[in-house]
Amino acid sequence: MSDVGSTSTAGGPLLEVTDLVKHFPIKSGLLIDREVDQVRAVDGISFSVNKGETLGLVGESGSGKSTACRAVLQLLKPTSGSVKFEGQEIAGLSRRELRPLRREMQMIFQDPYASLNPRKRVGQIVGDQLKIQKVASGKALRTRVEELLERVGLSPEHYNRFPHEFSGGQRQRIGIARALALGPKLVFCDEPVSALDVSIQAQIVNLLDDLQDEMGLTYVFVAHDIGVVRHISDRIAVMNHGKIVETGEADQVCEHPRDAYTKKLLAAVPIPDPRESRARRERAGTTG
Amino acid sequence: MSATPETAPAPSGAGAGPLLAVENLRVGFATEDGRVQAVDGVNFELEPGEVLAIVGESGSGKSVTAQTIIGLTRSPNSHIEGSVRLSGDELTTKSERELQKVRGSKIAMIFQDPMTSLNPVYTVGKQIVEAIRAHDSSIGRSSAREQAVELLGAVGIPDAERRVNDYPHEFSGGMRQRAMIAMGLALEPSVLIADEPTTALDVTIQAQILHLIQDLNRSRGLATILITHDLGVVAEVADRVLVMYGGKVVEQGTLDDIFYDPQHPYTWGLLGSLTRLDQPRPHRLPQISGAPPSLLNLPKGCAFRPRCPHEFGKCKEVPGLDPRLPEDPNHRDRCWLEPEQKRKLREIEGRIGLEEPT
Ligand SMILES: Nc1ncnc2c1ncn2[C@@H]1O[C@H](COP(=O)(O)OP(=O)(O)OP(=O)(O)O)[C@@H](O)[C@H]1O
Ligand SMILES: Nc1ncnc2c1ncn2[C@@H]1O[C@H](COP(=O)(O)OP(=O)(O)O)[C@@H](O)[C@H]1O
Ligand code: SF4
Ligand SMILES: [Mg+2]
Ligand SMILES: [Mg+2]
Repeated sequence: MSDVGSTSTAGGPLLEVTDLVKHFPIKSGLLIDREVDQVRAVDGISFSVNKGETLGLVGESGSGKSTACRAVLQLLKPTSGSVKFEGQEIAGLSRRELRPLRREMQMIFQDPYASLNPRKRVGQIVGDQLKIQKVASGKALRTRVEELLERVGLSPEHYNRFPHEFSGGQRQRIGIARALALGPKLVFCDEPVSALDVSIQAQIVNLLDDLQDEMGLTYVFVAHDIGVVRHISDRIAVMNHGKIVETGEADQVCEHPRDAYTKKLLAAVPIPDPRESRARRERAGTTG
Repeated sequence: MSATPETAPAPSGAGAGPLLAVENLRVGFATEDGRVQAVDGVNFELEPGEVLAIVGESGSGKSVTAQTIIGLTRSPNSHIEGSVRLSGDELTTKSERELQKVRGSKIAMIFQDPMTSLNPVYTVGKQIVEAIRAHDSSIGRSSAREQAVELLGAVGIPDAERRVNDYPHEFSGGMRQRAMIAMGLALEPSVLIADEPTTALDVTIQAQILHLIQDLNRSRGLATILITHDLGVVAEVADRVLVMYGGKVVEQGTLDDIFYDPQHPYTWGLLGSLTRLDQPRPHRLPQISGAPPSLLNLPKGCAFRPRCPHEFGKCKEVPGLDPRLPEDPNHRDRCWLEPEQKRKLREIEGRIGLEEPT
């Protein structure tokens, strides 16, 4: 199902994933753990992402979206398969070998509450990687962090505050600032707006859009709200049971889905229009 | 729209009056930083078979409203006023023991966060079995287990027979939420309070859950309070809607009132920021600027004022939740603008929305 980018650029794709597999063992037994079976969380997926592009990833809960992101990023060790970033194989690299790549690839998490260390100040959270990777220190570090805070719509005065002093939307902005600190090329956004209020969701989606334009970012964007995914994505890949069942242009996939599972998924999206949704229910009721 | 579906049985509490009546509910908390008026005057009635949706941003008081109905906000630092009657029976004055009985049988609540409500050290199956047997101790362990498998299947857990033995951490986020819903339904309640039950779910499961709730509404006359911030979900299942902002109801009406004749600029903003698959995508999502207010420091006058592009002099006074449309006394809102102005201002490029302040 590999779909080499329709908007492909000269240098080839930024990310190329081929036959990626991640299985989790199912253990049983009271005293001795025996492996009895496997959860095929990601079961041989292939896709590519071009520079500056957004690839949306949709699918039911448990279909393997988060596992796929983590396995691509090598936060989980893939069972098998290849992950090429700028042409270089990264599957199977050691922690140390991966370190420089952490600057290029980052992740924004779903839960803006759980993903920030409550005991650290905002400045530390955002600046930690800059320090660890020895990109900046001292006054330059502080200036850089303050710039980042401003860029994501917070204020430099927030530098010394703790995460619990912020709303969900603001925490997500902190998470975004942290992800962008090292100037990554590729950012995985795993349900970045699902935990946020509708009005704040729109703000964050617009922010991610603006940052992409300004910094030439490439996104892999996971969300269960297909409307949001379609809004932000150039292409969409649909996952079901650990496999990609359809990939295509965002509008194409949403308006003319080819795969039966994609059709089912789209049919379940609520229409925020009572008359339309009543009409759809009646159509569904009369046809079967 | 508030009419009861024909199939719904009569309310069990014999006498006339609604199944659930909430009157002038106010809930305040004393906190270190001062007093928080989390809920400030909520009124509604609920009939069997009806779905009332409460929408609004986080911190607007939705969960506290729901939790107070079943007595879960009682604590030394809380102050509760107003009345909650279930089939005429006042709940706010009941003892904790009496309330537990109500919670175990008549009103079920599904919580927002499935991880905090599932116990990580017991299997999902065991927890549902316990819920079933706590509700009806005459049910044996093995038939309770069968019911648990059935319920898990009904809420869309694949391979339920096997996964009933999983621990919560072995479920994906969506599966944990479904397990919670299964537990709530095990009680066969007459009122279901569902606090963001589908927020963490993907659309197919969400649709299944909503249809499940709808089926129960029709077949058993289950009355539902559905708390959500997803207006798509509201459009699919609700009969009536309360829009909350800063602890107050800012607009209240039928489903069609809220979607086709919304009176409050906050409601316009919510409707405008929706993505729609059945329409071309706009270049930018229209957004409501700013953030929800802190209850410790509510703006004077209309609470939406700092975010409202249409505010004017009069907005410094608190608008009441009044019927402002002469033809429709049940459609109420808290905005000082004239209905004529509202109809003009909410129209943006042929759609309802909130203009972005420049
Ligand atoms: N550490 C683990 N051990 C065992 N099974 C796991 C583990 N992590 C994930 N799984 C299983 O892998 C499958 C895919 O999970 P994953 O979290 O990737 O789903 P998802 O598509 O992100 O779902 P959601 O939309 O609910 O977040 C599920 O069946 C899940 O139960
Ligand atoms: N036990 C409590 N003590 C103090 N404040 C509380 C308590 N519970 C809720 N609140 C506050 O009440 C307000 C409304 O909360 P809630 O009803 O949970 O909002 P939501 O609309 O998101 O469900 C929030 O400002 C919250 O911080
Ligand atoms: S009362 Fe004034 S500030 Fe409040 S919503 Fe209406 S116009 Fe806006
Ligand atoms: Mg996930
Ligand atoms: Mg809540």
